[in-house]
Amino acid sequence: MSPEFILPAVNFQCILPQILLSLTALLVLLVDVFGLVKKANALALITLAGVVFATLTLFSGTGLQETAFSGMILVDGFSFFLNLTICLILILTILVSMNYQQFFPGINSGEYYSLLIFAAVGMSFMAAAGNLILLFVALELMSVSIYVLVGFHKDNLRSIEAALKYFLMGAFATSFLLLGFAFLYGATGTMDLLTMTEFIRSNPEVLSSGLFLSGVLLTLTGLGFKISMVPFHMWTPDVYEGAPTVITGFMATGVKAAAFAALVRIFMVPLGSLPIDWSMLLWVAAVLTMTVGNIIALVQDSIKRMLAYSGIAHAGYLLIGVVAGGELAQAGILYYLLVYAFMNIGAFGVLALLGKKETEYNTLQEFSGLGLKYPVLGLAMAVFMFSLAGIPPTGGFMGKLYIFSAAIKSGYVWLVVLGALNSVISIYYYLRVIVVMYFQESGAEDVAFPAPSPAITLGLGLAAAGIMILGVFPSYFWVLAQNSVFVPM
Amino acid sequence: MIEHQSLFLALAVTLFFIGAAGAVVRRNAIIVFMCIEIMLGGVNLAFLTFTRTTQNLDGAFMVMCIMAVAAVEAAVGLAIFFLLYRKTGSIDLEKFNLLKW
Repeated sequence: MSPEFILPAVNFQCILPQILLSLTALLVLLVDVFGLVKKANALALITLAGVVFATLTLFSGTGLQETAFSGMILVDGFSFFLNLTICLILILTILVSMNYQQFFPGINSGEYYSLLIFAAVGMSFMAAAGNLILLFVALELMSVSIYVLVGFHKDNLRSIEAALKYFLMGAFATSFLLLGFAFLYGATGTMDLLTMTEFIRSNPEVLSSGLFLSGVLLTLTGLGFKISMVPFHMWTPDVYEGAPTVITGFMATGVKAAAFAALVRIFMVPLGSLPIDWSMLLWVAAVLTMTVGNIIALVQDSIKRMLAYSGIAHAGYLLIGVVAGGELAQAGILYYLLVYAFMNIGAFGVLALLGKKETEYNTLQEFSGLGLKYPVLGLAMAVFMFSLAGIPPTGGFMGKLYIFSAAIKSGYVWLVVLGALNSVISIYYYLRVIVVMYFQESGAEDVAFPAPSPAITLGLGLAAAGIMILGVFPSYFWVLAQNSVFVPM
Repeated sequence: MIEHQSLFLALAVTLFFIGAAGAVVRRNAIIVFMCIEIMLGGVNLAFLTFTRTTQNLDGAFMVMCIMAVAAVEAAVGLAIFFLLYRKTGSIDLEKFNLLKW
């Protein structure tokens, strides 16, 4: 039997957006090193142009349903929708960073923007991965870039400390994820997700083997760390607080989107037929995640830390979708991730508006009275907070509605009741921000003035508009999300 | 042959948990990071064991990827430790409590 030489099927069209993003990252790095441009915003504008171009090329792949690179890349609606979300996250983050660099000139550098893009490339490959090997490499591309970005305030001890914690705990969690992958590979004999699905379908007895189940548990641990699922959430508030505000917004939305993509690809499809007690495990995790996040957020004084705990709670709402299973829940998760990107980056963008040289302002007192002094800013923040709380007619409400209704259809009524109770709790701390902004005299004298620039006006406007569109006219994106669910071919 | 497989797996899992225990117990950032490398060593061994039992090369390829990524992580991690050492003169994890753990 002589080995036959088969030309590998290389389809660059499928990863064109990612290629363009990577080229943009390299270009920005080179432009910065050789000092080719002098204007302050030039690097950001080059990055923005590249990212917008890559986003547009994304649309050339709509409706495709194929695998590329021998099953490594799945080009389907699911990866299209998530890539769109990730590109939007990237665009909004760049717009917000352009304002933030007034206070922190250090972030106006080629490394910053190229790391941002590389992290996004990792996220989009995670969304498109059809193989555990690519999934792991993409996850690490994203994580390593973000470890560096978290520590980007090189002179601020908090930022470095956050980077240290995120790095050590991230590396620790990744090794659990890898051991999980090893066990899944040992039990099913393949790393390819579609082949694995096929294998499980034809050998259902593997589902109850000890090797397979420990693989599932370890994988869940590793991914649970990335989405800050309770009990693996301990790092979240510290890292979110220490990181530069714009990066906090980026990682809260982007990492969550990518990790939930992996969770859907691994857990909802190949493992969709797990025995019922395993979804009970996720049931408990979802309830704990929502409750712990919301209860601790109630007592936070710093808005940044409060939003970190709210990020944990939102991971819990998304986990409801994972528990529910099925295509409706998948579409709900996709829709919610899109809305969450708009509202969370918007909220962190407002936080990033306040600052002085090398100082961030993000406690509640520092926000007092801002709503009346700067009505537009106050209105934007109010929209983001209402949406995070899930009050109609915002996008946050529609997202929760879709996930909750999918869960009710699958019969998890109690889970939805607990989720709804949690949303009610969360209204308290979101509204507190609005109350402080509008009904409290501004106390502190040296409070920083917001220094808006056209970029952040555009960014926050885009985010607020996105939330309202997703809330008032949800049908277009809901249909898009429903057509984007991952069904193995 | 099955005995051999479980022998190697047992070694892999033991290495993994030795690393995990070390990462939780030790307080020096570099030693914690080395413990994480031991965990990855255990994972690599598990992958290679399964490569032999399943008779396909996916696992061996994964080991290459893991080693490359571990090198990248080491580079980034040492940079962070170095920055921290320059700021505070220590990389003892107990001393960092500006942010509540």
